Amino acid sequence: MSKKTTESRHSVLSGKKDPETLAAIRGVAADIHKVAIKGGKPHVAFPTRNLSNVRYNPKNGYFELGKGRKSRQLTVGTAKTFAQTLKMMALSKELIEGDDFATKRDAYYQSKNWGEARFDEQVESDTIMDDIEALVSLDGVSREQLRFYPEEHGGAVAGELVIVDRDPLSGDTIEIDCTRQGTGSYTIPHSVEHLGFKTNAKFILAIETSGMFQRLHIHTFWKSANCILVAMGGVPTRACRRFIRRLADEKKIPVYAFVDCDPYGISNIYRSLKVGSGNAAHLSQFFCVPQAHFLGVTPQDIVDYKLPTHPLQDVDIKRAKDAIKNDPFFQSHKPWRDAIELLLKMGVRAEQQALAKWGLNYVIDEYLPKKLAASQRFLP
Amino acid sequence: MAPRGSSSVEPTLDFGGAAPAAASQPAATAPATPSKPHQPAPAATPSSIDLEPDPGAAASASDAAAASPAAPAAADGAAPKSPAGGGSSGSGSGAGTRRTAQDMAKNQKEISISEFFTKNRHLLGFDNPKKALLTAVREGVDNSLDACEEAGILPEIVVEIHPTEKEDRFRVVMEDNGPGIVEQQIPNIFARLLYGSKFHRLRMSRGQQGIGISAAGLYGTLTTGKPLKVISRTGPRKHAVRMDLKIDSRKNTPEILFKEACDWHRGHGTRVEIELEARYQKGRQSVDDYLRQTAIANPHVALTYRTPEGETIEFQRATKELPPPPRELKPHPHGIELGALIDMLKITKARSVKSFLVEDFSRVSAGVAEEILKTAKLSLSIKPGSTSREQADALFHAIGATKIRIPPTDCVVPIGEELLKAGLLKELEKGAETDIFCEATSRKPTVYRGNPFVVEVALAYGGGMPADETVRLLRFANRVPLLYQQSACAVTKSVINTDWRNYGLQQPKGALPIGPLVVMVHIASVWVPYTSESKEAIAHYPEIIKEFRLALQETGRKLGAHIKRRRREADAAKKFAYIEKYIPHIGIALQEILGLTDEDRKKTVDVLSDTLARSRQL
Repeated sequence: MSKKTTESRHSVLSGKKDPETLAAIRGVAADIHKVAIKGGKPHVAFPTRNLSNVRYNPKNGYFELGKGRKSRQLTVGTAKTFAQTLKMMALSKELIEGDDFATKRDAYYQSKNWGEARFDEQVESDTIMDDIEALVSLDGVSREQLRFYPEEHGGAVAGELVIVDRDPLSGDTIEIDCTRQGTGSYTIPHSVEHLGFKTNAKFILAIETSGMFQRLHIHTFWKSANCILVAMGGVPTRACRRFIRRLADEKKIPVYAFVDCDPYGISNIYRSLKVGSGNAAHLSQFFCVPQAHFLGVTPQDIVDYKLPTHPLQDVDIKRAKDAIKNDPFFQSHKPWRDAIELLLKMGVRAEQQALAKWGLNYVIDEYLPKKLAASQRFLP
Repeated sequence: MAPRGSSSVEPTLDFGGAAPAAASQPAATAPATPSKPHQPAPAATPSSIDLEPDPGAAASASDAAAASPAAPAAADGAAPKSPAGGGSSGSGSGAGTRRTAQDMAKNQKEISISEFFTKNRHLLGFDNPKKALLTAVREGVDNSLDACEEAGILPEIVVEIHPTEKEDRFRVVMEDNGPGIVEQQIPNIFARLLYGSKFHRLRMSRGQQGIGISAAGLYGTLTTGKPLKVISRTGPRKHAVRMDLKIDSRKNTPEILFKEACDWHRGHGTRVEIELEARYQKGRQSVDDYLRQTAIANPHVALTYRTPEGETIEFQRATKELPPPPRELKPHPHGIELGALIDMLKITKARSVKSFLVEDFSRVSAGVAEEILKTAKLSLSIKPGSTSREQADALFHAIGATKIRIPPTDCVVPIGEELLKAGLLKELEKGAETDIFCEATSRKPTVYRGNPFVVEVALAYGGGMPADETVRLLRFANRVPLLYQQSACAVTKSVINTDWRNYGLQQPKGALPIGPLVVMVHIASVWVPYTSESKEAIAHYPEIIKEFRLALQETGRKLGAHIKRRRREADAAKKFAYIEKYIPHIGIALQEILGLTDEDRKKTVDVLSDTLARSRQL
């Protein structure tokens, strides 16, 4: 960032968590410094990031990291990695203080100013960033709070919600009314840490496909149902998951997932949204939405609504079997085991938009109202 | 070239003596060769022996020389048959004609050893012009060194190779400061094959069969028609003698073409000059290579070499001490062949077989001799002259069945570990980029077939030698470099069979190792077992191979320790480089995060660098 840009800008990205983040960074550095200056060999204990150190916590409803730690001691062999880790953390501090952010690619190019500690390939800087992310997650700090933003943004929002953001030009607070986006929609930014929310909506409807989102938006389903529509566009991004989580947490409103009825929609999209994934358990505390429930399309819906289907592919079958056999989330919920077994027995899958068989707006007029009327029967 | 008279001031080489080739032939008997039936090969023989001695007729002589290479080939086929069959087909007559023994007898006559050589020169190292040049120089230098050492003179050797107007001819001059040769012996030593002092004694020396220099002279005469020119002087108070010589190859007798007393710049010494058909080439197996290796294995020798290109190369001494003179040894009973035993019984001066055994052999006491005779069921009073072939045979087997102490081993003189290293380093360090690591091992002397021998190994590593090439193997026997037939040599086999990977080198399966390494192997013995008369490769005796292996392993372990140490040092250097590279950045990052002062940062970096430098961990 050039000086000119920095000076002319007002604080836009700062959030409540910034002091905590800076403290976490300082804590790691101070521990190292304290040992080093006494002639000791500093070490840093990173959480072990493999499946053996991950467990499903049924109480809070998501995968979390166990107590396993991998201590990395400063030796001649690790000196380079140590220097790079600390430089990366120094960069984070600089970003917070300068009200800025960096993508992974940005950070990689920034390192080119670090002399011998520079990265030769982006995979190296990505690895270091993952390590730091896991490390500060122990202090409840996420990567976005370190101001390392993902490249991709977070999906679309429409409905009964006002988002409190800041104007990058003036730094003033501005409010974005998601009911006043016309036929377009609000785009979730790359990081949502600094956003505030105002809403009276009764629930958040997280929709798999943009096609279904458009239908519900254009026909103002959000008005009649008093809800917030979020288009996930497949597996939700970090920003999208974090957005839903923060919104649901702060406004204490339920989240209903509306996805295709196939092992991918159930096991990948819905499960990632709700409990996170095993190999990124350190992220769960920020990104999981434990309050999410599964509205549909359920395997029983295929029967009840006589939906048009496609046969399950081999990968679908494998994924479904794997979910019943190995996934602690599905294993701990009998209704899910039954639902997946039914799906396997039928050997078919159905998409959200299969409801259009009964008329384009059947989903608005019949399906959703009927489902919402019995929300206690949603799958967990 | 070299018209007689003009070259009279040039000095020479000297020889302890030339040694014979055929084991059964006593040397001193004059027109020695035992007669064998032989049929001269029809056309070729006359031309190869009918040399024109007159230097004026050089042209015709060289014609003869040119023809001679073809002659042996033609004769080879016929020669092996004749001894067995007493001659088969007559020289002129057509096949199928029946002939009587009387007819055939007309063609059966003696062949001289010189004649034999003219047809079998490859046996003595004169197979091709390049090798001929090397062999001629080697025979001369070997003889010079033997003579100097035997006389207790620190050797100064001069080798000159002069080109001539003819591209394929060179004039080789070898000169030493040795004891000189008395006038009457000069013709015998230089112009008579199988004449010399070394064959009949068991004493460590370079020459042993002793065809050496006379064969070189014969080869020169055969190929150029020019005589051998010798100058020798036995002391400052005597005149030097100059002689031009040539072998009558049919009779194996010297022919003196010219002789005069003359002045010479050396107080004592010998100079020999041979003009011969040859080819000069640099690189491996060259004269240059041979002389350099000679300088390595003989650090007490000062060598001056004038190359055909006119350049002068000096090989300096690394020590002024002569190697201790080797003791002469009587044969050990366990090393003797039956034939040799019978010969010895014939010529011994002892009055009884018992005293023959005690006096003519080493390590035979009266008690042992009695035990042998008892085992052989021979009378204690039997006379050597009256022993039958059967009795000799019994004696031979009894010797083999009797325990006899091994011969004294102080008769072999190793180069020694320090001088091995000095010699090797002196030649390798010229132009070396970095330090050379050098280690040597001298084994204790031991015995094969009754012959004492000692094995030595030196290894030189590094110095900018190519790291990705096969190691350089230098083989020596009695301090003489062996340049040919590497793959047939027991040394090579031993080096290949050593597992060099244990010592930090790469080694493809069944091959020499790879690395910046020179492997020098020396065997010293009273009788070095070569695979052939041209003395190019050591024979594969298990006792000898075992010593090679042990010496290579012992030296290899020292090298391995060195290579390991070097790797550790390289690791340590890398470690310091890492510390210097990365620790300052840790300081900078800590300063950025914690807001340290510059002084704080510097102190942190210093303490941390120090901590890591002291740590063994990488």
